[in-house]
Amino acid sequence: MLPKLAVVQGPDILLRAENVTKRYSTTVALDRVSLAVVRGECVALVGESGSGKTTLLRCFNRLVDPDEGRVLVDGTDVAQLDAIRLRRRIGYVPQDGGLLPHWTVQRNVELVPWLREVTGARELAAKSLQLVGLEPATFADRWPSELSGGQRQRVAVARALAAKPDVVLLDEPFGALDAITRADVQATFRAIRRELGVTAVLVTHDLHEAFLLADRVVVLRQGRIEQSAPPRELRDAPATEYVSRLLQRAQVLQM
Amino acid sequence: MTTIFLLTLFLAGGPRPVVIASKPFGESYLLAEMFAQLLEARGFQVERRPGLGATEIAFQALRTNRIDAYPEYTGTGLLAILGGQPSSDPRQVYRQVATEFRRRYGARWLPPLGFQNTYAIAVRRETARQYGLATLSDLARVSSSLRAGLTPDFIGRPDGLPGIAKAYRIRFREVRALLPAVKYQALAAGEVDVIDGYSTDGFIARYDLVVLEDDRRFFPPYEAAALVSAAFVRDVPGGVAALTELSGLLTEQSMRQYNRRIEVDGVPVARVAAAALLSLGLTGPTTRERDAQRATSGLLGYLWDEREGIARMTLRHLLLVVVSLVGAIVVALPLGLALERGRASAEPIIRGVGLLQTLPSIALLAFMIPLLGIGVIPALVALFLYSLYPILRNTYTGVRDAAPEAVGAAWALGMTPRQILRYVRLPLAAPVIMAGIRTAAVINVGTATLAAFIGAGGLGDLIASGLALSDNRMILSGALPAALLALAVDGLLGRCERLLAPGG
Repeated sequence: MLPKLAVVQGPDILLRAENVTKRYSTTVALDRVSLAVVRGECVALVGESGSGKTTLLRCFNRLVDPDEGRVLVDGTDVAQLDAIRLRRRIGYVPQDGGLLPHWTVQRNVELVPWLREVTGARELAAKSLQLVGLEPATFADRWPSELSGGQRQRVAVARALAAKPDVVLLDEPFGALDAITRADVQATFRAIRRELGVTAVLVTHDLHEAFLLADRVVVLRQGRIEQSAPPRELRDAPATEYVSRLLQRAQVLQM
Repeated sequence: MTTIFLLTLFLAGGPRPVVIASKPFGESYLLAEMFAQLLEARGFQVERRPGLGATEIAFQALRTNRIDAYPEYTGTGLLAILGGQPSSDPRQVYRQVATEFRRRYGARWLPPLGFQNTYAIAVRRETARQYGLATLSDLARVSSSLRAGLTPDFIGRPDGLPGIAKAYRIRFREVRALLPAVKYQALAAGEVDVIDGYSTDGFIARYDLVVLEDDRRFFPPYEAAALVSAAFVRDVPGGVAALTELSGLLTEQSMRQYNRRIEVDGVPVARVAAAALLSLGLTGPTTRERDAQRATSGLLGYLWDEREGIARMTLRHLLLVVVSLVGAIVVALPLGLALERGRASAEPIIRGVGLLQTLPSIALLAFMIPLLGIGVIPALVALFLYSLYPILRNTYTGVRDAAPEAVGAAWALGMTPRQILRYVRLPLAAPVIMAGIRTAAVINVGTATLAAFIGAGGLGDLIASGLALSDNRMILSGALPAALLALAVDGLLGRCERLLAPGG
């Protein structure tokens, strides 16, 4: 990505959804949703299951193609991009890590550089492992089955970041971890994001996580955006009854 | 062009071997071997296909000109092949089958060999003496005090027990179903008093039994004769002439003695056949006088003596298994992968292939004779069909269920479907697929023993002949290597599986 030399007019929007609608047979997963994510920002999509948060996330790397509306990445309509190439440009961390069990940690982390046929995949992978706090000398040759849950998620994050993407999408990345491990991994992720300034979209049903990691929290309900605001604003001025109930239930008021 | 021309010339011009077959029981082996040796003595080249399945398979092969001749019985031809009504007049039955076979199938019955092998009701000599039994009418008088041991087949069929019960008013005190292998011992041991057998069984002479005369001529005549194919008559008239030299020369008495030497004394069929032809004045002394002491050696000695033949048949067996298995892998593996992509049609197709598995193997082999003849090709096709299902099912299931979260992540990070298949799904499904291949291989080693019934060779030859000749050593000389082969193949594939196994 070349640095923009032109005069910046307004914020530099990296991801944009415009009036996106997605239906699954009878249900509407997304109902004319619009969202813009600024370069370097971390946005958390929160909501109950069925709210459409994961569907929206998946529109950005074309795991889901909308029925109506447009999705733009760095100004280009993704419908005009090759889906496979697009995905190789975007990091992705699934809930369960999704490590290939028959590949070593090293090979797992090298995956995207390898797919993009980048030279120096080995070094990129080593750097990425170091970034998530796993010493390559110790972990590179291990099998996923030899790792703890927290270590596996760290490897998944390292894999998503190894090819230095501009954007990383995270689908409930730390949801399956126990509380202490989760706090550790969350702290690591937060530090990495600060260091790299990578843009991130994070799906979570955990408001604590959203408040901890995100610059902006987007609350979805039945395929529509209920509120989109920085954590503090959301906490202080919930826009709807639903948002305040959600906050109450999560007890983030004490945060 | 030249090649094709030369090939045609070679195929047409070379001396055509005469293919002689038999059905899988002792007397049929013997007669076929006699046909073969006689033809060889007259300068013909002979290919032997002993022990073809049963009447249906042997006749199918003859009708479609895959074999040239095999020994058959007129009564069987009438009842089992033509589905006609039994008649008690041997000449009429012969005329009927001769005309009908020629008209319907172009096949010919050569003049009968001279003996009948019909159902024989036999008793111990002392029983015959005690009750004064010579005929079935005599038996009827005292049947209510005698116990019968009959083959299940005989108990059921209309020309068996129900028929004689009606024709002679025979009512036994007790009827026990006994398998052919044990009924003679049961009679000799006094467990039963009356058995059914065949009039030329060697055991009749061995146990000195009395065969009761069918004085009302109830049993249809089963005259033995060479049944020859239309192609044989057309292509090798000299061979037909050579075979007719045997017509009328054999008697029930002499057949009983020959059968006894084979079934009871364990003398090799080829030797008995050579001796018979010699004593009939049809051949001169031959060099076949080897293996004289074989009959007396134990199992290990037998296995050692026969090591060359066993090794050859094991190799043939292995060939059948490996070729059919490789074929099945080449077809079922890609098909399983393709079905995984189009899941809607997967289950019906896999179930359809599974249905093949339920076909009785003998029936499948019989179906294939008109299409593929007999020998190695139909056996390979049958084994191939039986191997498909386990490989197909395991490939489909293995690939479908392979670590869905890993597949999802690979997709989300930009792997193409082809890359996912190659780098993720196939390696992860490998153990399941290998398990399917191993299952198919072990089933295959077992099923391949049935290939003997359509003349494909392999260890089944030894098992089938051993069963037919009631030679336990021969049965074991086929069954033991087959079992070892199954273990070896499974073990070898197990090693392959460990080499393929994904890490972690």
